[in-house]
Amino acid sequence: MLFGNILIWFVIIPVIMLAGLGLCRNSSMNAIRSVMVVGSTALLGLAIWLCCDFLRLREMGVDDEMLFTGSWMWYAPLNIHLAVGVDGISVLMLMLSAIIVFAGTFASWKINPLPKNFFLWFCLLSTGVFGFFISIDIFTMFMFYEVALIPMYLLIGVWGTGRKEYSAMKLTLMLMGGSAFLMLGLLGIHWLSPEVDGAHTWNLLEIAKLGVDESWQRMLFVFTFVGFGVLGAMFPFHTWSPDGHACAPTAVSMLHAGVLMKLGGYGCFRISIYLLPQAANELAWIFIILTGISIVYGAFSACVQTDLKYINAYSSVSHCGMVLFALLMLNQTAMTGGILQMLSHGLMTALFFALIGMIYGRTHTRDIRQMGGLMRIMPYLGVCYMIAGFASLGLPGLSGFVAEMTIFFGSFQDADTFHRIFVICATCSIVITAVYILRVVGKLLLGPVYDDHHLSLTDATWFERLSTVTLILCIAGIGCFPNWINETIQASFSPIIAAIQNTGILAAI
Amino acid sequence: MGSTLPILILAIPLFMFLLLGLGGVKMPRKVCGVLGILGMGTTMTLAYIVALSYFFCPEFTVDGVRQQVMVFDQTWLSFTDTLVVNLGFLLDPICAMMLMVITTISFMVHLYSWGYMEHEDGFQRYYAFLSLFSFSMLGLVVATNIFQMYIFWELVGVSSYLLIGFFYKLPSAVSASKKAFIVTRFADLGFLIGILILSFYTDTFNFVEMTSNPGQVLAECGGATFMGASVLTWAMVLIFTGGMGKSAMMPLHIWLPDAMEGPTPVSALIHAATMVVAGVYLVARMFPVYCIAEGSMTFITVVGAITAFYAAVVACAQIDIKRVLAFSTISQIAFMMVSLGVATDSPYIKGEFYGGLGYMASMFHLFTHAMFKALLFLGAGALIHAVHSNDYTKMGGLRKYMPITHWTFLIGCLAIAGIWPFSGFFSKDEMLAAMFESHWFWGAWMTMVAGLTAFYMFRLYYLIFWWEENPEYKHHTPHDSPWQMSLPLIILAAVSCVAGFIPFGEFVTWNRMPYHIHIELPVAATSLTVAVLAIALATVMYRKKNPLPERMRNLFPALWTAAHRRFYWDEIYQFITHKIIFGIICKSIAWFDRHVIDATMDGFAKITNCASSAIKGFQSGNVQAYVAWYFIGAVLLAGITWLCFI
Amino acid sequence: MDLSILWYLVPSVIMFACGVFGFITRKNMIAMLISLELILNSADLNFVIFNRFLFPGSMDGMIFTLFAIAIAAAETAIAIAIIINIYRAVGNTDISGVNKLKF
Repeated sequence: MLFGNILIWFVIIPVIMLAGLGLCRNSSMNAIRSVMVVGSTALLGLAIWLCCDFLRLREMGVDDEMLFTGSWMWYAPLNIHLAVGVDGISVLMLMLSAIIVFAGTFASWKINPLPKNFFLWFCLLSTGVFGFFISIDIFTMFMFYEVALIPMYLLIGVWGTGRKEYSAMKLTLMLMGGSAFLMLGLLGIHWLSPEVDGAHTWNLLEIAKLGVDESWQRMLFVFTFVGFGVLGAMFPFHTWSPDGHACAPTAVSMLHAGVLMKLGGYGCFRISIYLLPQAANELAWIFIILTGISIVYGAFSACVQTDLKYINAYSSVSHCGMVLFALLMLNQTAMTGGILQMLSHGLMTALFFALIGMIYGRTHTRDIRQMGGLMRIMPYLGVCYMIAGFASLGLPGLSGFVAEMTIFFGSFQDADTFHRIFVICATCSIVITAVYILRVVGKLLLGPVYDDHHLSLTDATWFERLSTVTLILCIAGIGCFPNWINETIQASFSPIIAAIQNTGILAAI
Repeated sequence: MGSTLPILILAIPLFMFLLLGLGGVKMPRKVCGVLGILGMGTTMTLAYIVALSYFFCPEFTVDGVRQQVMVFDQTWLSFTDTLVVNLGFLLDPICAMMLMVITTISFMVHLYSWGYMEHEDGFQRYYAFLSLFSFSMLGLVVATNIFQMYIFWELVGVSSYLLIGFFYKLPSAVSASKKAFIVTRFADLGFLIGILILSFYTDTFNFVEMTSNPGQVLAECGGATFMGASVLTWAMVLIFTGGMGKSAMMPLHIWLPDAMEGPTPVSALIHAATMVVAGVYLVARMFPVYCIAEGSMTFITVVGAITAFYAAVVACAQIDIKRVLAFSTISQIAFMMVSLGVATDSPYIKGEFYGGLGYMASMFHLFTHAMFKALLFLGAGALIHAVHSNDYTKMGGLRKYMPITHWTFLIGCLAIAGIWPFSGFFSKDEMLAAMFESHWFWGAWMTMVAGLTAFYMFRLYYLIFWWEENPEYKHHTPHDSPWQMSLPLIILAAVSCVAGFIPFGEFVTWNRMPYHIHIELPVAATSLTVAVLAIALATVMYRKKNPLPERMRNLFPALWTAAHRRFYWDEIYQFITHKIIFGIICKSIAWFDRHVIDATMDGFAKITNCASSAIKGFQSGNVQAYVAWYFIGAVLLAGITWLCFI
Repeated sequence: MDLSILWYLVPSVIMFACGVFGFITRKNMIAMLISLELILNSADLNFVIFNRFLFPGSMDGMIFTLFAIAIAAAETAIAIAIIINIYRAVGNTDISGVNKLKF
């Protein structure tokens, strides 16, 4: 019964991988790699299968809000269930996570030291991520969220570079601080929603149906939104991101920027906006200001950084700001754009971090002032970096463009001056993005070779190629044929939009 | 007509891009070059078939009006139920005309590059990028909706970036490509906001819907105003900003002269004939809506007029021959802009002046200009190929060494100067006629610019081919280029000789009804006289080496320096971008982030740390201290209990 | 003459106070141990005293005292063992010398 549900396997496979890794000897790199490759391929396959199955069911006209649902009692005294279910957005998020875990495995092919332990924590992290996206019980969701956060401390602290202990501590503490707010918010949502069969429920579908006590919604909205916003790198809670990313090892940066930051955005709409629609209507403006600042601020900050990872981290602040900004617009098009931006940013930042890791592994520096003309030395990596850059600055045909345009056109539907001003500020970011991306491309890849020692460096190896090609194919896929994803997301937003509009109508009465 | 041919026109260049881009490294150069040329040749043939059958098949003309044919239109992305982005193929007169222009020039450039780029690294990459550009540019002109145009607009921008930065080992090429991309990107921001506004009110992107009924567009905007101007005007002016960026209008022209860092054939294709006229094409595409958006046409005219004059003056004081041509391009495009700006959407009535003449003339000039400017650039390429320098100071007296280049270049110069019977004369005459009819001032002003054009082009011509021979020729004798390069020059020169006699008005007018071109004699006489006088002046000054130019320069040294330095626009931009945006805004934000926001977060940690170390002294590990504290506590508790309860 | 309970308690309190004073002020661990013994003995004394005066019929306090003495003896043995070990490691029995494990 439990194992009959396809979604559960997203958690079981990483757990099996954990066990498999546990059996490997610390020195046998091949065994560790085969466990990881088999596991991550299985996850990718599962995600693709789920995606096809989901689309098939939707095609057949199954119009439940969540599909593949299942619920098993876990801790009866507190009425906590292991409840799972997915809509189109979760399916895409699972897909994204699987792709990035897959690419991340290959990107950390030669991780050193302690490869076994690295992958153990890596698998634990992915367990948390997958668990988060499949859960519809807000307690288990939170639990998986924490499972995903904790390994980050060790992964950065042990395998990182630079001021790794400081960064790991900062990242963990800030995210834990966010979690504290989040826990308060979730407990509030749990206790302040009406009872079902004599007990308060944690199931978000039921809570959404019943509604949370209106007098408390505002406070809970702020708590949950800030809690998830910290993870989504919302200004002014973003400072863990530059330091954390800069010090993290390649695969962790990929997974963190690619997926973990998306947990924030996902949580924001799945919990804050969906469960607390009234407060979302009333208080969105505060966070629109903050995220609007994030977008421009992150982009401007990125312009003067010299460390590749810092540039990317600040650009993530800008792009993730765009995600939350779009979600707060509370209309279907903009929110769809927000999700597209999550996917697009996930893929392209993962690609960026993978490439930065590969370049760093060769040149042993990430300072753009000490590199130059790498295009001539490693053309493959150079071209990939350029593609990632173009995706980031929104070149048509790559995913960034689709996402940004959907956000802009969606956001522009709110006709009041306040929204207009912020939308126009947000659009300005496309120019600033172009500035910092081209600055890096110009300094890093083009021009004369800065350091003659670099001339002897080699181009990408097969596993690095596999990792980058996977990501590039996805980026180009979304960019060239966006409509099916777009429609899947739009359809999934219908109940959420309905919830928001209902409260709007109530407020009008 | 089925949709197979039109799809192939787009698909072949795209396929060539993917093929050469992904597999080019493994191919020998010859194969790559031949594949690229064959691909483009096929595309050109198909484009001619499509365009000519559109112009001459009666099925596309209903009641004397050429129809706009939506060959195909596929949904690409739907924002909302009504606001849907399609990718499609809209066939109408300007599109058909542009298809011919683009594919012709592109084919010539493909052929020419085979000779020009033969010894360069990255030959395969070069052909891949050329194909990408051709694909994007074709996609732009066939766009069925403004969003599709924006998509391909960005793509031509990026192909231009890649091609300008083709010699990526040179820092100057890298910064030029960066500059080109960022300046046009900034302009595209305006374009994007314009589309946002327009689509918000009209709820459509479709060109046909907007242009066939501009009155409804105006009605849908519902008289909403912003800062004194109607939103429609705002939208159209912002959209035009995009055009200003791509077409290098003031003050967004600064990227085009620098873009000459790219290979010369690329300059011919992108920065002279096709991409830079995208702005003109955009205005022409939206022409009926521009006519109805109050004030926007005046804006276009004024911007065009200022730019035309500015660029012409600067062109007189440049040393680099490609820069002269670049400024001449800016000036000529501005000519087209002014001509569009003075046009009105009045239908043709016998006996009255035809308001749409400016539109027709602008498109005509776009067509002729593409041909002769590509010719001039390719000629310049042949010169650079022979002398290995961009400076005219390294040239002079080349007419004996390079006869083919000399004669074709001369034809190009005569065409751009507007001498009968070369093509430029006809299109310029129509434009000037339209301007004079709108207001004498525009006519007079632009006639002056036309005179300047003739002057600086012949200054260039004489300095290259006459003046005084460079002594270095003895060591390294320049000679004409191989056939791959000469053939395009000859073909384009031939086209420039005869293109003026095409009855262009029969094919392209704003309302797609035929109009019969006739030469406006007074206008033609004036402009011809002015041009001849300017050429005479140039002949006097530059035919033989003499001190006259030096004396002229010393007469107004400040003016010459200013014109030579392009009136300091680059320095102004440098100041704004580097000093203000980079130095002040970015730096201070980055500082703020590290020292305020991050410091606050670190501050929390520090406070916790301090509090902890303040109280950790209690945990001294010293049992005696514990006992003492314990004892004091016990006594105090006892005392309190005593006082309270007993 | 019949002695009141105070005659017994006051010495016990004095002994206790001496013990506490000694424990807090002495630096030598042996001296501290001796002070600790004083405290314990004063407590034992109290058990006996209260047993004698309050519940003359039962023997609970007496027995408890015996227990306490036995345990105190064991505890002293352990303490002495530790102190000897510290003496071997550090070279003296000064309490302020053994603070390496704090914080």
